[in-house]
Amino acid sequence: MHQKKKRTLGNLIFYIGNTAVALVFVSPLLWMIAASLKPESRIFSELTSLKAFLPVGATLSNYAQVFQRINMLKYIVNTFVYVLIIILLDLLINSLCGYALAKFNFKGREVILTIVISLMVVPMEAIMLPLYKQVAEYGWVNQWAGLIVPFIGKCFSIYMFRQFFLDVPNELLEAASIDGCGPMRTFFKVVVPISGTVYATVFILDFVAHWNDFMWPMLVMTTEDKRTVQLAIQTFFGSQPVYYGPIMASLTISAIPMLILFIALQKYYVQGIASAGIKG
Amino acid sequence: MGKSSARDRDQRIAALVFIAPAAILLILFLIVPVLSSVKYSFTDYNILRPDRIHFCGFSNFAELFRDPDFHQAIWHTVYFTLLVVPIQCLLALVLALFVSSRRRGVSVFRAAYFSPMVTSMVVVAILWTVLYNPDPNTGLINAFLVKIGAKPQGFLNDPKMAMNSIIFMSAWQAAGYQMMIFLAGLQAIPSEQYEAASIDGAGTWKQLIYITLPGLRNVTKYVVIITTIQAMKLFTQPYVMTKGGPQNTTMTQVYYIYEQGFQERNFGYACAAAVVFLLIVILMSLLLKRIIKAS
Repeated sequence: MHQKKKRTLGNLIFYIGNTAVALVFVSPLLWMIAASLKPESRIFSELTSLKAFLPVGATLSNYAQVFQRINMLKYIVNTFVYVLIIILLDLLINSLCGYALAKFNFKGREVILTIVISLMVVPMEAIMLPLYKQVAEYGWVNQWAGLIVPFIGKCFSIYMFRQFFLDVPNELLEAASIDGCGPMRTFFKVVVPISGTVYATVFILDFVAHWNDFMWPMLVMTTEDKRTVQLAIQTFFGSQPVYYGPIMASLTISAIPMLILFIALQKYYVQGIASAGIKG
Repeated sequence: MGKSSARDRDQRIAALVFIAPAAILLILFLIVPVLSSVKYSFTDYNILRPDRIHFCGFSNFAELFRDPDFHQAIWHTVYFTLLVVPIQCLLALVLALFVSSRRRGVSVFRAAYFSPMVTSMVVVAILWTVLYNPDPNTGLINAFLVKIGAKPQGFLNDPKMAMNSIIFMSAWQAAGYQMMIFLAGLQAIPSEQYEAASIDGAGTWKQLIYITLPGLRNVTKYVVIITTIQAMKLFTQPYVMTKGGPQNTTMTQVYYIYEQGFQERNFGYACAAAVVFLLIVILMSLLLKRIIKAS
């Protein structure tokens, strides 16, 4: 009887405590979504009531305004295209490198691995000046190449792939080799098909990083028609007339692709961010 | 014997083919920029006068050490890091403990704590600039403060509060990410340990102190390192929210590099600041690994 009472109390504390903290956590986002669905006057008249967080009298006119005032659709497509190109090339090139570092015996392997791991520390912010100068010399300012090419090779991806490929059984590779497969064929026909997990993980980590990236696109893409979503909402926020409804709508729109991706690939994302922590 | 050396040769060639694309890209867009950063830091290179570039020894560095704005930028970055890392990591740990239960509906709470991560830093920074608005008629937080009878605050407009406001927002945004890592760490602790402790009569607190926290040691190291490095790169929040102000109180190291290099066009000088930044990041990560290994 005593035990049961204790458990009920525990449950009560758990649900009440979590609900309270969760509400504080999501309230800014709830306000953002609610405000994006309200006429401007209502956003502020309801600021101090609970209605601030509820889409009472919902209208999509703020969303319509975003698409009328700026070319949001183009920015979304821009971002999708450039992010996906980076990711596809990243998956291809870094997985090849990671595989070689995991499975081939050759002189200098340990040295290369050490270099890759050490370079993971170098923040992009520390090299943005010479990198920008280089990109400008190639004539890549305001070109998609400037946004894409410098970020294909990625030490963290190489490391992730290597860690995963270490666990691929050698017997499998030897069997393929006996069947007459060369290294390239073995990799694409035998290894890649059983490595969906690591590809999905790197995919989502990359997508999140580049969809959200702000600083580099801001430096390289200065013309209006080449903006990414993040640049677009930042300039929209600073442009007259400032109405909060449409601004909140633009913020909400920019988060939708991420939301869909997190829901779809949640498992791999969590695996990705967690595996490094537990192994390392 | 002959066969195995032929195989070794094949593997060497294959390794070259597999590694070359990534290696070329990394050399060109990571290693070369690092080296040119160092090179330019010893010159007076200015983007507007590319023909007049002179080697000037350590004078950029000497000037940096005399530059009060650079000192400020370092101090603000250190201040942000020293506060946001413990706040964010502790918050993440507490949240992870909150949601590690197997009770029904726990995934809803997990999603709630993680939800700020779905929005980018730019989105979060714009949203909170609006929330922090000093006017209680437009800023949600001040409206709430006035409603409960408190005085409205300046937040981002107040030099004393601007950085703290950014710290609070940053911890809110990213704690869910670290929570997920802690959660994975919690789930990796064998449940037999808890069962054994429970049979020995250890209560919840004792289990937390003797099983959970020691079990999270590796994960904690990792979380502290990545959070610290991330914090030192602070740029987007001040860029979007305060432009480094008010009165330069949110000017950070990366912001300073950006301003000197891209606004003031002092390329060589900005490269020197970038080299100092890179050295601090490298030292910091080595130091953290050392301290954490020792403990």
